[in-house]
Amino acid sequence: MASLVGSRVERKEDKRLLTGKGRYTADINIANQTYAAFVRSPHARAKIKKVDTSKALKASGVVSVLTGEEIATDKIGGLIAGWAIRSEDGSEMKVPANPPLAKDNANFVGEPIAVVFAETLDEARAAADLVSVDYKVLKGVINTGDAMKSEAIHDGIDKNLCYDWLLGDRKAVEEAFAKADKIIKVDLINNRLVPNAMEPRACVVDYNTASEEITLYTTSQNPHLSRLIMSAFGGVAPENKLRVVAPDVGGGFGSKINVYNEEIICSWASKKIERPIKWIAERTESFLTDTHGRDHVTHAELAVTNDGKFLGFKNETIANLGAYARVFGTVTPTYLFGPCATGVYTIPAAYSNVKAVYTNTAPVDAYRGAGRPEATYTIERLVEKAAMELGIDRTEIRMKNFPTEFPFKQTLVHTVDSGDYVSGLKKAKEMADYDGFEARRKKSESNGKLRGIGVSSYFEACGIAPSAVVMSLGCGVGLWESSEVRFNPTGQVSVFTGAHSHGQGHDTTFAQIAADELGVPLETIDVVHGDTDKGTFGMGTYGSRSLAVGGIAIVNACKKIVAKGKRVAAKMLEVNEDEIDFKDGEFVVTKSNKKKTIGEVAFACYLPGSRDSEFKSPLPEGEEPGLIETSFFDPANFSFPAGSHIAEVEIDPETGEVKVEKYTAVDDFGRIVNPLVVEGQVHGGIAQGIGQALHENTEYDETGQLITASYMDYTMPRADNFPEFNLGFTCTHATSNPLGVKGCGEAGAIASPPTIMNAVIDALGGQEISMPATAEKVWRACKLLKKTNSKAA
Amino acid sequence: MKTFNYHTPKDVKEASKLASSSSAFLAGGMTSVPSMKLGLATYKDIIDIKHIKKLSGIKVSGKSVTIGATTKHVDVATSKEVKKAIPSLAKLAGGIGDAQVRNRGTVGGSIANNDPSACYPSACMALNAIIHTNNRKIEASKFFKGMFETALKKGELIEAVEFQIPEKSNYQKHPNPASRYAIVGVYLAKHKKEVNVAVTGAKSSVYIDKDLSKKLSSSFSSSAIDGIELDSSEMNSDIHASGEFRASLVLTYAKKAVEAC
Repeated sequence: MASLVGSRVERKEDKRLLTGKGRYTADINIANQTYAAFVRSPHARAKIKKVDTSKALKASGVVSVLTGEEIATDKIGGLIAGWAIRSEDGSEMKVPANPPLAKDNANFVGEPIAVVFAETLDEARAAADLVSVDYKVLKGVINTGDAMKSEAIHDGIDKNLCYDWLLGDRKAVEEAFAKADKIIKVDLINNRLVPNAMEPRACVVDYNTASEEITLYTTSQNPHLSRLIMSAFGGVAPENKLRVVAPDVGGGFGSKINVYNEEIICSWASKKIERPIKWIAERTESFLTDTHGRDHVTHAELAVTNDGKFLGFKNETIANLGAYARVFGTVTPTYLFGPCATGVYTIPAAYSNVKAVYTNTAPVDAYRGAGRPEATYTIERLVEKAAMELGIDRTEIRMKNFPTEFPFKQTLVHTVDSGDYVSGLKKAKEMADYDGFEARRKKSESNGKLRGIGVSSYFEACGIAPSAVVMSLGCGVGLWESSEVRFNPTGQVSVFTGAHSHGQGHDTTFAQIAADELGVPLETIDVVHGDTDKGTFGMGTYGSRSLAVGGIAIVNACKKIVAKGKRVAAKMLEVNEDEIDFKDGEFVVTKSNKKKTIGEVAFACYLPGSRDSEFKSPLPEGEEPGLIETSFFDPANFSFPAGSHIAEVEIDPETGEVKVEKYTAVDDFGRIVNPLVVEGQVHGGIAQGIGQALHENTEYDETGQLITASYMDYTMPRADNFPEFNLGFTCTHATSNPLGVKGCGEAGAIASPPTIMNAVIDALGGQEISMPATAEKVWRACKLLKKTNSKAA
Repeated sequence: MKTFNYHTPKDVKEASKLASSSSAFLAGGMTSVPSMKLGLATYKDIIDIKHIKKLSGIKVSGKSVTIGATTKHVDVATSKEVKKAIPSLAKLAGGIGDAQVRNRGTVGGSIANNDPSACYPSACMALNAIIHTNNRKIEASKFFKGMFETALKKGELIEAVEFQIPEKSNYQKHPNPASRYAIVGVYLAKHKKEVNVAVTGAKSSVYIDKDLSKKLSSSFSSSAIDGIELDSSEMNSDIHASGEFRASLVLTYAKKAVEAC
């Protein structure tokens, strides 16, 4: 039987998802349900003096109106930060209380203050307009760079500083810098992004008054984790009385990791009003209240020798957490960012210092890449600038500083198990016709256009992650993953996973893995996820961990199935276990070629006897009936995908328009389970990264109003913004998991922003401009360039 | 959305009779429906004029192209007659919004709304259009009064727009990267006796740039307007483009339009 792992199997889920047969939270309706509408703060920062619900309560169709008073009285807990980060001075990070409904203070536009439940959605919305809130409006802290100089927005949190974190050795860095021929410096802003999942957040809650069980249907990337948090910290219900179902979910990109206010409020309220509740976010609510991504202000320096060797690196960053610290909010700008900021290079001394600040803006949390795009942007801008300033070819300077031996002990935290950065960059150069660029540049110039080329080499730490490591770094949970594999008596297989698919294609790729392990046809396997009542437990999907962690749990559970199968087959075939080989779904006695299929063995496991024969169980002594196995996998290390991307852009200096002419990506994801799915992941990641580099920006005005709160103003990239992507792969197997796989979901979004910006800046003759490189910014840079060139002439 | 009465009059007379101070005519609904959903506009009566046959269709004579008010953008964009008579008009219609918008949005709706960044008003101005209503004929230059303001009176309904066929013409648009409305749109038309450079997106309402029009009337080449500095003081300024950038774009696209003619 040919191996399914490695083949371009078309996605099983697409029939459902592309023909409108997906079942999303909004598709779920419970008899007698009420509709929720939230009253949200119109102010970035205000004291809440009084909330008057009397008019709303009398409005047509209203079932209940609840406020922060009631939720506090019922002792429902707030939203939490999932990682505890320590400052350089050893002190614990400062975290403000974040009640689901704000009672005393509103801290960002869109923060929920009250909620109305009514018989219809229109009635709920109309009544929400009748809730009168008396605010004392205060001057908000909006700007990332100014936060530490501004008035404290949370009681007891001086300078709005959550922590002042250091990784690395300042003294060693200063010594390295003293030896340098040249110091390369950059000042960067990593623009704030709104994740914009296609499906807005939603929840439907059903409370059973008799069993006292709450069922929460929600848009989550990690239903088990949501249940744990809601139970342990929210106090909504004990875990055994709380079922969390995340059915088909239309994209997350990190924004659906968190347990949100609305899920806690609706779960609590459903129990209180004894009615089911339905809530679906409007697109504007998504813009205002989904966790945002990025938002760093960075100053970084690279110490180099004249011949292009890197000696030292320093990174001073202010990271905006928004109004509150959420699940991955505090770790994204620290352990997911700092260690990767030295990139794919051997740099003897380095440090990353990050100050995380609170502002009166939406909370910032993980967004595709989470910390690693910011890290890669920092180092790859520095490296490109170093090449330019030293007059060394951009690819040569990279090759010169790549490690060539693996495992590679990276400067700050990670030991990278495998990789081959040189081959990756060489391949990318060939595929991109790097050497032919100057001719293309001249051709563009003859048409009055500016052409630039940019390179970025990246690695990232994903497949998060070893529990022992992450817990030592402050994570509140272990990040293992689990799976249960059930062989049915009649031969089909259900694979339960704690990972969650919201676009990644697990129905297909996980089935491929199990099919290979068990030797059964792909069609007989169903992958089940997204329901805390189905399967064991799980930490969910983020940080490119589903395959490298969750997939391995599936492999291991399958191996246990085969091991038990072998014991049973031995009894059935009346030989010793060690005389049996398992291959292509069959247990074969090597000497006699007598065999039992895994289906026959499964059947026997469930029906160990026969009415007509003398009692003779196929099960060995002490073996339990049934064929169901569970595995929990905790990896020994992160996985470290890496690669090199090359982009070419053409700029019209009159209009400032940037056109991406060519994009080449060569990635090393270790062993690839399904090239079709992987290519889709890379395409999506690159598109998101190009969005960050050229189009997307989240802008608050000085009062904290989000002025890019709809698609009229927030620029989502579209298909016509992209060229055909040219993808290639190299392969070094990961050594930390038996499949040799590495995560692939975030790589595109990590590598592409610096690739594009390096190309834009190259076209602009080295002039620095910030992301997104919008038409007006580029037009201004072109004007300056023209001026400089004419002066030089 | 608040509830409203929905009417489908069979002819213009009936439509006009239904109109009141709390009513709105509905054609493609590409602006009015989102406004109503967002609660920015509320009406007691919605008068859907899509079913009035007389209001839809394209007629081409030797001198003009007349397009019925409820004719959809897609029909203008793909019309062989329009492509032959005024290719730039078909191009303009084909670049409005996206496929869904073009399949519903109408020329009458676009000009009645007079969004400062809509494309059609510039075509009306450059092509000396005459707006036919149920009461009168209005010259384009007197029709667009200011931001979202037109010469239409309450209950007055656009029936058709008559565009004068020029000798040469071209439309150039710098789209807002998010909404794809015009940050700046320049409609250039060379008629027998004059050249019109109509600009949308740049100011509070569509206008004819008199300076550019005059210079190109005396010499129809991009070098005639090269190096001109346009006054940016009245130009719109927002997160996507400053007035200064818009002023530069007007000139850039005017030149591109001349070169494309």
